[in-house]
Amino acid sequence: MRRRGLLATSAALATFPRPAGAGCPEPRGTGDLLVVVERARGSVLVAESTRRTILGRIEGLGDLSHASMVFSRDARYAFVFGRDGGLSKVDLVERRLRARIVQAGNAIGGAIGRDGRIVAVANYEPGGVRLFDAESLDPLLEIPAIGADGRRSKVVGLVDTADGGFAFALFDAGEIWLLDVTDLAEPRITRFAGVGSLPYDGNVTADGRFYLAGLFGEDGVVLVDLWHPEAGARRILDGYGRGEAPLPVYKMPHLEGWGTAGEHLFLPAVGRHEVLAVDRRSWREAARIPVLGQPVFVVVRPDGREAWVSFAHPDNGKIQILDLERFAVAATLSPGRAILHLEFTPRGDQVWLSARDDDRVIVMDPRRREVLAHLPAEKPSGIFSTARAHRIGS
Amino acid sequence: MRERAAVAFALLLAALGRAQAESAPAALAPARAAELVHLLRHDCGSCHGLFLKGGLGPPLSPSALAGKDPQALVLTVLEGRAGTPMPPWKGLLDEAEARFLVDLLLAGRVP
Ligand code: HEC
Repeated sequence: MRRRGLLATSAALATFPRPAGAGCPEPRGTGDLLVVVERARGSVLVAESTRRTILGRIEGLGDLSHASMVFSRDARYAFVFGRDGGLSKVDLVERRLRARIVQAGNAIGGAIGRDGRIVAVANYEPGGVRLFDAESLDPLLEIPAIGADGRRSKVVGLVDTADGGFAFALFDAGEIWLLDVTDLAEPRITRFAGVGSLPYDGNVTADGRFYLAGLFGEDGVVLVDLWHPEAGARRILDGYGRGEAPLPVYKMPHLEGWGTAGEHLFLPAVGRHEVLAVDRRSWREAARIPVLGQPVFVVVRPDGREAWVSFAHPDNGKIQILDLERFAVAATLSPGRAILHLEFTPRGDQVWLSARDDDRVIVMDPRRREVLAHLPAEKPSGIFSTARAHRIGS
Repeated sequence: MRERAAVAFALLLAALGRAQAESAPAALAPARAAELVHLLRHDCGSCHGLFLKGGLGPPLSPSALAGKDPQALVLTVLEGRAGTPMPPWKGLLDEAEARFLVDLLLAGRVP
């Protein structure tokens, strides 16, 4: 029934006559699109932020619990990474599935290289990274993640880097690897072993210079300066837990969507109900902001003045807005039930929140903190703006 | 630092043993049971996968759990596993509720 509603919407948008047999929607640009994952249904919704409507739904993408996506450099295609190892190429213009492969048993996410030719997927099972041709999804390369301990490790925190390569972390082995694919026939890997216990996610700064991996097994973050990999991996924020027993973490935090504002980078603490502000020059802790639960996403508003923070179960119905000038909580909102993700539009006029247990996406005005629209979505999780097509990292 | 007190573990084990010996696990109210199934799929699922086929945490399918002591699994749910991301759920779930989840998992009957 919901499906019929969607079809009706797109039919209503088609004001001009079309060539016979054209089931395809009216062409439009993709610059204002957001793609919403419907985790239980295995579909994505293509929505636009100019009039805040849903343009269509694309089905048949497999198990999308914990799904994420990246975009082709022309923002026409989304590459969707499913939990079940599925890699789907979705055409956002024609709004249909263009290609789909199942490339592993269990995957966590992926990245697209700078030139747009290579899509890389991070796999849990079998642990490693696989590269695919972005055009055809044909396999190009497989990198088994075998750590110094000789065992195969789950891969997390896979991102593209400014030099056209990729960086990722080995969860079980506690390593960070840099992958240089300048010559696909001779890929080069730089390994940093023994960087710390259980890196759970990683990301690169917006300028592509620093790769950071958060640790779950100890209090600290690992930093690699990609301008100077020869300097090795460095530990920062060591012992930020101050030796106190960690609080239970009911959902792993993410480093995706983090941001810098002025001189600072904002990260979720693990096992502590705090957001950490790190000085980007000294890499020392600048402040810690107490929040109401285990932060999952700390997403900086594009103008850098505020950050919106989502939380792990059982606090996932709340959002806190941080004032990044004062390092303090400015507001606490209860926008819906089970807020799994949030995404700003590129210039920060809107923030989209997925409320899984309300089966809808909530669109808000971030400054006035008012609801602009509710969009129906079935168990929505990740929301991805096509503006990501033009960003390094995730 | 993330180790949990072995003593507490032993005490809990004893308590659970006693509880089981004295009374069968109480049936849960249907509304609570539905909440727990939702929790299992979506919140346990954030690490174990929506279909419990594994993710950061191992698969929780009947074949993956075959041969494991149900009591020990209940304890894992309540106490978590130190040094791994498996968190202790005892603040949010009581023993009967943890047992209910483990029974569903072992029987492969997650609705
Ligand atoms: C933050 C991630 C996370 C969440 C959330 C989580 N688990 Fe786990 N769980 C793990 C990990 C990791 C392990 C493996 C621990 C180890 O290495 O021994 C595990 C292990 C287990 C085991 C033992 C499996 C075995 O083969 O011995 C059970 C049972 C289990 N979890 C049940 C649950 C249930 C039920 C929930 C929800 C109430 C849940 N888990 C939520 C991460 C998680």
